[in-house]
Amino acid sequence: MTTAFLIATIIKVLVLFHMVPIMVSLLTLAERKVSAWIQFRYGPNRVGPWGLFQPIADGLKFFFKEELVPEGANPFLFRIAPALAAGPAMMTVAVIPFTFPILIDGQPFSMAIADINIGVLFFIAMSGLGVYGILLGGWGSNNKWSLLGGLRASAQMISYELSMMMSVITVVMLTGTMNLGEIFSFQGEHTWILFFFPVGTIAFVIFLIAAFAETNRLPFDLAECETELVGGFHTEYSSMKFALFFMGEYSAMFTMSCLLATFFLGGPTFFGLIESIDSLWLRALIGFLVFAAKVGLFLFFYIWVRWTLPRFRWDQLMHLGWKILLPISILNLMATGILIATGVLS
Amino acid sequence: MKVRRMEKRLSLMEKLAIPEILKGLSITFRNMFRPKVTRQYPEERYEAPIALKGQPLLVENEDGTPRCVACSMCEVVCPAMAITIKAEETERYIEREPEEFSIDMLRCILCGLCEEVCPKEAIIMSDRYELANFTRESLVFHKDRLMTPIKELEGRIRFTKEKFDKWHR
Repeated sequence: MTTAFLIATIIKVLVLFHMVPIMVSLLTLAERKVSAWIQFRYGPNRVGPWGLFQPIADGLKFFFKEELVPEGANPFLFRIAPALAAGPAMMTVAVIPFTFPILIDGQPFSMAIADINIGVLFFIAMSGLGVYGILLGGWGSNNKWSLLGGLRASAQMISYELSMMMSVITVVMLTGTMNLGEIFSFQGEHTWILFFFPVGTIAFVIFLIAAFAETNRLPFDLAECETELVGGFHTEYSSMKFALFFMGEYSAMFTMSCLLATFFLGGPTFFGLIESIDSLWLRALIGFLVFAAKVGLFLFFYIWVRWTLPRFRWDQLMHLGWKILLPISILNLMATGILIATGVLS
Repeated sequence: MKVRRMEKRLSLMEKLAIPEILKGLSITFRNMFRPKVTRQYPEERYEAPIALKGQPLLVENEDGTPRCVACSMCEVVCPAMAITIKAEETERYIEREPEEFSIDMLRCILCGLCEEVCPKEAIIMSDRYELANFTRESLVFHKDRLMTPIKELEGRIRFTKEKFDKWHR
């Protein structure tokens, strides 16, 4: 490992890691803006041009709020839960390749923080950890609503994680690799997984629906469920701890959008147009912009759906998860296997 | 007793839910480009209609004298007891005028009874609706702050004439 390689790695880690909090703050603003537009309002427009500094004002407000630990709460669990909610969601970013690899010292230099061969497994493990923050937060608060919210979150995660992983395995079977960088370069050579009709398309729809449940966003935000559970798992949280839960939710949203773009929309590839650029640096730059556009599309979709659909009832959620999505995803997986074995898809 | 179920039978397309979800999404997407209904308050002010009952004011004649004859009708009728009047003599034809006239805007309920009862059209509800301040003292309006040139209140005076039909009954 040469010095140039080391320096490039450090720069990459710093830039990519700081991108997450910045994206989170921009997302909170985008959420408020889009919700306002949908409801014929302007949204925040007082702090800075077009309200761009609103996230800073919000963050400062969170810092200066009083921290409250309710009586009878488990102090350790209560304090560690927000970190557990935000940490895994941010860590998933490590395996996401944001663009094409570039050459440093004659070696290919991947644009993922950790270019590991088990990237998909890492993502599965991290998204499984995400539920602990919510569950422990609900358990540690000594509050009936928090507990109910935490329970719901865990039940929901279990039921949707299965079908989500089934659809991810479909992608892995089609591409034949667990490395996210190779997944998108495979899609650059062939076509996006989304267009592997029908198996790729079905896997995409299942992943999209399950991603809503995984990140506890409407229409599956039964863990929060303001109308029944006050605030759900974060009822008792205040100040920066509450903000950490929010950061966890939004960074999960961001990583899920990145993964959707990588798995199904071919990451930074665009029908062979960008791959044909000769200059590696230019190709990486334009690839990054294409990737950002795809991610932005999904992020907008998340917000858009939130302000359109009402919340599912608890039994409807379970019905959809166990009786519809799971059988479809298993059948889809089997169909993929048969299609690959018979050589229709290769 | 025969029970009639009022549930709507869903068609197959509605049961699949996804077409309905797409319909909903298209509605919200179109809504994003519709004109906004928010009023950007400090910049875009509310233009009060003439019927709005705002801060009651005293009418000042063109020569700078008050129209009020200090008859105390408004003081008596005021349900919140917000008005305080002290009368004095004057050399003018009307012989009486208020030496002290104050309206406690912390008590005033903007009911408009004073305007209705006034025989001289001397107290008039204006269109001033921004009645917030930082101290209690600053919200007790005295004569100097209540006296308003007749020109500013002409519209409302005409309106009350029509509304109460004061001189043609």
